[in-house]
Amino acid sequence: MDERKFKKVNRRELLKLTPVIALGAFAVPKLRGPLLKKGLALSDWASGKLFRPGHLAATFADSELTPFEKFPINDYDVDDPGVIFENWSLTVSGAVQKQGDYKLSDIQALPKKRQNTRHVCVEGWDVIGRFGGTPLSEFLRLVGADPTAKFVTVECADDYYESLDMATAMHPQTLLCYEMYDQPLTREHGAPLRLTVPTKIGYKHAKYLTDLRVTHVLEKVGYWEDQGYSWFYGL
Amino acid sequence: MPAEVLEIESAKSDEEPVLAVYEHPWVVRFTHWVNAIALLVMVGSGLQIFRAFPSLGAKIPQQDLLNWPKAFAIGGWLGGALQWHLTFMWIYIATGVFYLAYQIFSGNYRQVLLTRRDVPALWPMARHYFFFGPRPPATEAYNPLQKLAYTSAMVLGVLTVLTGFAVWKPTQFSWLAWPMGGFHLARVWHFVTMWAILLFVLGHLVMVILHGWSNFVSMLTGWKVDPEYPPR
Repeated sequence: MDERKFKKVNRRELLKLTPVIALGAFAVPKLRGPLLKKGLALSDWASGKLFRPGHLAATFADSELTPFEKFPINDYDVDDPGVIFENWSLTVSGAVQKQGDYKLSDIQALPKKRQNTRHVCVEGWDVIGRFGGTPLSEFLRLVGADPTAKFVTVECADDYYESLDMATAMHPQTLLCYEMYDQPLTREHGAPLRLTVPTKIGYKHAKYLTDLRVTHVLEKVGYWEDQGYSWFYGL
Repeated sequence: MPAEVLEIESAKSDEEPVLAVYEHPWVVRFTHWVNAIALLVMVGSGLQIFRAFPSLGAKIPQQDLLNWPKAFAIGGWLGGALQWHLTFMWIYIATGVFYLAYQIFSGNYRQVLLTRRDVPALWPMARHYFFFGPRPPATEAYNPLQKLAYTSAMVLGVLTVLTGFAVWKPTQFSWLAWPMGGFHLARVWHFVTMWAILLFVLGHLVMVILHGWSNFVSMLTGWKVDPEYPPR
């Protein structure tokens, strides 16, 4: 083959690589945001598919617990939003038969579960804590939640908010938690009531709950999700 | 698989024709470049994620391992870096799967996979590269040391994905973390395999520079002009 013809062959082979340039879309500021959002959505979709409703998160022996004083206190605003316990109730709304205000004693009257589970923070650290409370599924049964509803959203005394897919809300280890280390929740850990969701990342475990809403469409997503974090984030 | 070989005749002079060999099929070249970009993004965003908790130990008390400079990180903040990481992991995995499937089903893996037959020749090659030993004759596209490097890179690539899934999904993939020594060590291994890949990349880039233009161009066009080895 003569030299010129070979050059043509080379050029043709080089042109076959042009699809690689498509990745350059990530360098365009206008396209970057939407593309990354799509990527995150794909990961969330895969997370949802990988979630198995009956599959339990690992549980641990008491000897493996992180000491209570080494269980980090994380919040986006204040350690103690100043909940007045005497007046506190959980306001339930949405697709439930019995809307209204539920006292802590109503929740504590439901079956109680204690579990030593891992709390994994999105930052990269994790601790093993002891949590006590009632499975959220028991409470949803009590309030007569519509079984076809898809989301459970909570709001908090510090204006934090979070949402769960129904499969995770019904998971046996998802608790409305009112005890840590066999003691009533302390204020900085979310008294009087918080979520503990061992199958999800830490920021889904909302503290200082005040409102719970069952819905068919996702109305409020979550505080950190609205900043750009993953919504499903199943572990 | 016999390589495609061409004789290139010079247009001007009457010199002997130069041989050119088709060394890298399209899939190899395509996945090489896409994966190179994906790897860069995974490392950059991974290091930004690491900046959020630059430790491999406990949160309380926290002992930082290294404060990675922000200039060598992608994403700007933890949430942004996670978006990059969780987006490009699909590209990284897809190119890896595409590449491995192609190598296996086309038989092209024979070019790059280190086999027992190559082992005796490893030491003479290492002696040549590192201790000024005589240069062993080149008999095929990749010398045994290259095969070792590329085979290791493939294994490391698979390990970065597996350790990544162990960290991302410790509950759904709890069985993955077990052979790694548990969830905590999976994070350590994810970190270690990244540095191992970076070490490979460093060596790879040095060798690319040392081997010159024709060698570099072969990863773009597939054709290597005047190869160091007998192409047939």
